[in-house]
Amino acid sequence: MCLGVPARVLRIEGSEATVAIGSVEYKSSLLLLNNVEVGDYILLHAGFAIEKIDPEEAEVTTRLFNEISNIEPE
Amino acid sequence: MNPEGLRYIDEYRNSALVVHLSHQIRRISTKPVNLMEVCGGHTYAIYKNGLKDFLPDTIRLLSGPGCPVCVSSQKFVDHAIELGKLNGVILTTYGDLIRVPGSISSLEKEKAGGADIRMVYSVLDALEIAKQNRNKQVVFLGIGFETTAPASAAAILQAAKEKVRNFFLLSAHKVMPPALEALAKGDTRIDGFIAPGHVSAITGYGIYQKLSKDYHRGVVISGFEPVDILQSVLMLVKQIEAGHYKVENEYTRVVKADGNPKALAVMNKVFTQSDTEWRGLGIVPKSGLAVSSEFESYDANLKFDVPVHDSHPPKGCICGDILTGRKSPSDCKLFFSQCTPVNPIGACMVSSEGACSVFYRFKA
Ligand code: SF4
Repeated sequence: MCLGVPARVLRIEGSEATVAIGSVEYKSSLLLLNNVEVGDYILLHAGFAIEKIDPEEAEVTTRLFNEISNIEPE
Repeated sequence: MNPEGLRYIDEYRNSALVVHLSHQIRRISTKPVNLMEVCGGHTYAIYKNGLKDFLPDTIRLLSGPGCPVCVSSQKFVDHAIELGKLNGVILTTYGDLIRVPGSISSLEKEKAGGADIRMVYSVLDALEIAKQNRNKQVVFLGIGFETTAPASAAAILQAAKEKVRNFFLLSAHKVMPPALEALAKGDTRIDGFIAPGHVSAITGYGIYQKLSKDYHRGVVISGFEPVDILQSVLMLVKQIEAGHYKVENEYTRVVKADGNPKALAVMNKVFTQSDTEWRGLGIVPKSGLAVSSEFESYDANLKFDVPVHDSHPPKGCICGDILTGRKSPSDCKLFFSQCTPVNPIGACMVSSEGACSVFYRFKA
């Protein structure tokens, strides 16, 4: 139940968003997170958006990983 | 990446990276270390992906107390069962809890016997049930840590705003820092903690300073994919090999230094810290979240007077020792022979994140 899943924000109505994980849509409350916009990725946890996913930080990590795997193929 | 793929998930499951990180860890690890993955979500990911096979013998991973269903006390389950027996009460709960054996019954058995017990995905669904059943009293069984406690708090604030008077919370919510400190003081040496990513998303890093500064333990906040976990193990091994203990964050795409201020504010508005009982750790001072006096009309503890007796864990079940890293599921005589996911004897076999259930599923 502590699972949190990255989900893309499709629509926002008041304090509720419709989000997508892959092609499946879910409802997500925005009562615990400020400044959410359509197109953002949020972490969905038990029906609530609990944090935004920072695309730049994710980019840094994946880039680092890609470099590593290029330098050192299996 | 394949267009059907899941963004922010697939790239962290890259098998070449997993192998690369495994090599790195093997290269630098010389000392035998015990690392505790605090969160049940991490335990699940470690076994599902067979990550122990990627680690050298020097590294032992211990499961921790971060499975909400597992650490909820027997007494809490018994208390919930008594509430479910009251006329006009609808009990609402996250799914797993319903199967946890209490002293003589379980919520599942009570439900089969006619009690109105409903599983919800979100606490807001429980609030909705209250709005649709104004002639009933709706109790939500609040379990979990800093991740789910703000959600319960938000539901109470929403109930107050919408003047819903028939919604109540039975809180077994807990906070992590006092439990981690109890573990650091405990008899099992834990050299480093793989810290819970989603708790940290709410709290930020500050809560772990004491572990590194006063107790000299490594702490790395970790995401939940295979690459995240091995990267975190690598960071911890580096700290321990160098003897420099600090708090580091591997899960930067989600966790910010100050956490989520809005969620923290909501949680702190509704709850006050209280002593609470953890399966395995016993009563840990100031580790619980009780509904504060301002919102006491939503507190199921005060609203309903039901008999709650002291209770003992099922005979032979060592779930408590497993949650504190002292033992592993294979040490339990009942594991597999008598205790299975279909017929669980203890809480650790119930939750999908419980160490016994994870062991059963992926190892046995
Ligand atoms: S296998 Fe069952 S009885 Fe044994 S410790 Fe785990 S939950 Fe308890």
